[in-house]
Amino acid sequence: MLSGIIVNTLVAGVIYAILAIGFSLIFGVAKILNMAHTALYMVAGFIIFIGLQMIGLPLYLCDILAIVLTAILAMICYRLVFDRVKIQTSAVMIISIALAMLFQELLLMQFGAQPRQIPPFIPGYFEFLGSRVTYQHIFSFASFLALICAIWFLMIKTRLGKIIRAVSEDPEVSNLMGINVTRISLITMGISGGLAGFAAVIVVPLFTLHSLMWISPLVTIMAVVVLGGLGSIKGSVIGAFILGFAETAVSMLVPLGSFLSGAVSLTIMILVLIIRPEGLFGVAFEEERL
Amino acid sequence: MKRYKKAKICSVWSVIPAFILMAYIPGGPAVQAAEDTIKIGVIGPMKYVQGIHHLAAAEIARDEIMAAGGISVGGKQYKIRLVQADSNEIASVTDAVNAMERIIANEKVDFIVGGFRSEATLAMMEVNADYKTIFLSCGPASPDLSVQVAKNYNRYKYWFRGGPPNSISSAPSAFMFIEMVAGAVRKELGIEKPKIAILADKALYIEPAVKMLESQLPNRGLEVVGTWRPSFTASSVMTELTAIKAAGAQMIFTYAAGSAGVAYSNQWGELKIPAGMFGLNVEAQRIQHWKNTEGRCAYLAMTAFFAKAAATKRSIPFYDKFVAKVGDTPTSTASSYDAIWMLKDAIERAGSLQKDAIVTALEKTNFEGAQGRLVYYPNDHKWPHDLQWGPGFVTMFSVQWRDGEMKVVWPDGSKAIRGVRYEGTVDYKLPPWMVKK
Repeated sequence: MLSGIIVNTLVAGVIYAILAIGFSLIFGVAKILNMAHTALYMVAGFIIFIGLQMIGLPLYLCDILAIVLTAILAMICYRLVFDRVKIQTSAVMIISIALAMLFQELLLMQFGAQPRQIPPFIPGYFEFLGSRVTYQHIFSFASFLALICAIWFLMIKTRLGKIIRAVSEDPEVSNLMGINVTRISLITMGISGGLAGFAAVIVVPLFTLHSLMWISPLVTIMAVVVLGGLGSIKGSVIGAFILGFAETAVSMLVPLGSFLSGAVSLTIMILVLIIRPEGLFGVAFEEERL
Repeated sequence: MKRYKKAKICSVWSVIPAFILMAYIPGGPAVQAAEDTIKIGVIGPMKYVQGIHHLAAAEIARDEIMAAGGISVGGKQYKIRLVQADSNEIASVTDAVNAMERIIANEKVDFIVGGFRSEATLAMMEVNADYKTIFLSCGPASPDLSVQVAKNYNRYKYWFRGGPPNSISSAPSAFMFIEMVAGAVRKELGIEKPKIAILADKALYIEPAVKMLESQLPNRGLEVVGTWRPSFTASSVMTELTAIKAAGAQMIFTYAAGSAGVAYSNQWGELKIPAGMFGLNVEAQRIQHWKNTEGRCAYLAMTAFFAKAAATKRSIPFYDKFVAKVGDTPTSTASSYDAIWMLKDAIERAGSLQKDAIVTALEKTNFEGAQGRLVYYPNDHKWPHDLQWGPGFVTMFSVQWRDGEMKVVWPDGSKAIRGVRYEGTVDYKLPPWMVKK
C-alpha cells in the first residue's frame, strides 16, 4: 500500500507540476490568472490527436506541432484579449474562463464528446516497489526533470530569463529601464502556452482525451499554485507533490471516497487562503519567483 | 365595432364550457397530433454518444414504421416526425429540464423518448408530469424512476421505461455474470474464494446496485476487498487500479457509464492488472473501443444491452442496421428504437390518441423488441411502468473483447438463467496474463 502511495504520488505530482508551472509563470510575470491554461493543454491534446489519427503524421511531429501551435495560440489570446484588459484581474479571470469554454465548445462541435486515447511514446510497464508503473510515466518523470532544468537555465542563465524575472519583480521599474514589458509578457505567454502543449505531450497519453478534460486539472492546479504561493514556480512544484500525495492517499486509503480527491484539493486551497494567503512558502518564495 | 366586441366576448365565454367539457371527456387530454403527423421528441445529450444513439435508433424505428405505412389510429394513417432536443444532461441537469420544457411547450411534441442520466431524468419527469406528456426514458437505469410512479401514480403515470430494465431488477444478471467469471477463476486458478473489487462511477443510478453487491457477494463465496468510486468523468484510475492490485483481487467488477470507462479499460490493459475486469462499461461497448485503446481492452468483458445475438427476431436486424448507420454498436440509449415501436404498438391497440388510453395500452405491452420481450411490471408492483427482467423477457447480454471483436459470452446456458444461451455465444476466458502456465 505504501509503495503504491509513493509511486502514484510521484506520478500525480509530476502531472500537476508540469501544468502548474505554466500557469504560475504567466501569473508571476504578467499577473494574468489564465483560467484557460488547462484548456490550452486540452487543445494541444487534440492537435496531437488530429495529426496522429486524422492526418497520419508521426507522433514526434504531432508533439512538436502541438507545443508550437499552442504557444502561438496563447500569444494570440494575449494579443487579442488579455493585453487589453490585463489591468483588471477579475476581467482577465472571467475572460479566460470564457475562452476556455469557447475552446471546449468548438472541440465539442467538431469532435463530439467521445473520449479518445493517444498512444504512449513507450508502451508497457514494469514493477516498482510492488506497483506497476508504465514506461510513459517514467518518460513523464524524465521529461519533468528535463523541463525543470530547462526552466532553471532559461530563468537564471539567459538574458531573456533575467528580463522576465525583472518584469516579474517590478514591471514599472523594468519599463523605466527600457524593457518592453508588453513584449516580455507576450513572450512569457507563449512560453506558458508551450508548457501547456508540453504537458499535453507527456500527460495526455496517460489520460483520456475529451472536451471536458480541462476542468478537473484546472481545479487541482489552482489549488497547487495557491498552496505553493501564486506566481512561485518552486512553490508550484512542491505544492504539486503535496496535493498529489493528498489525492493519492485519499484514493488509496479511502476507496469509497476516491471521487473526493478533487474536493480534497479545493479544501486544501480554501484552508491555505484562510490561514496563509501567501501560500506555504510565503514571501521568501514570492520574492524569488522561481 | 360593437358587434365585433360582442362577438369576441361571446367567443371568450364559449371557450370556458369547452374547457370544462374537455376536463370531463373520458380518457382525459389527447395528444395534439397535427393533421397526419405524430411528433415524437428525442431528448438526450446530443453531442455525446448517448444522445447520438438515442437519435439514430429512433430514426431506424421511424424509417421502419414509415416503410410499413406509419401508425394506424382509427383507420387513419399517421406519419412520424422526430424532433430532437439536446439535454446536455451530462454537464447540467438544469439544461436537461429546460430542454424538456422547450420540447413540450414550444415544439409541441406528442410523445418523448430519451434521457440518459437518472439524476437528469428524475428532474425531467417533473416537467413531463406537469404537461402530462408520455415519456419513455431510454438509458437511465435507476429504479427511483418507477418508484416515483408507485408513489404517485396519477402524477407520474405518463412515464415509462423504454429500456434497459432498472439496475436492481437486472441485478441477477450481474450476479450470474459474476458467477461465470468466479467459476473461471476457481477452475483455472484453483482459488476457492476469489477476491473481488468493485470499481464504480460515483453516480446515483449505481448506488443501490453497489450496496446490493457489497452485501450479497460475501454470501456467494467471494471476498470483497473494497469498493472504489472515482468520478464519473475521471481521466485516470491508475491509483485505484494500483490499490486494487495491492488488495490482491482476482476480479474487478465495474460500473462505468461515463467517460471514465475508457480509463478503466485502457489502464487495466496497459498495466496488465492480474484480475479479470468485467461489468458495466458503456464506452467499452463501442465498436471503436478496440482501435481507441489499441487492443488494450482485450479480455475486458462487459454487459451489453444489444449484441449480435438473437434474443428476438428483431435483435440481429436492428444491431446490423444500427452498426451500418452509425458505425458503432448500440448502447443502452439505443433502446429508443424499442420505445418508438412500443409507442406505435400501444397507440394502435388503444385505437385513439387519448393520452390515458395510450397509457393503459402501454401498461399492457407485450412486444418483441430488439432488447427482448418487453413487458411492464403490473401497476401494483413496486416498480410500475418498469420493464421486466429475466428469461423470457429482457435478459441483456455480456460480451468480451477478443481478437478485435465483441463476442457474446452470456447468457451462458447455465441453470441460473434457465438454460438460455443465444446462438453464437462462446465461453468466457480469463485474461491470459492471469493464468498460470
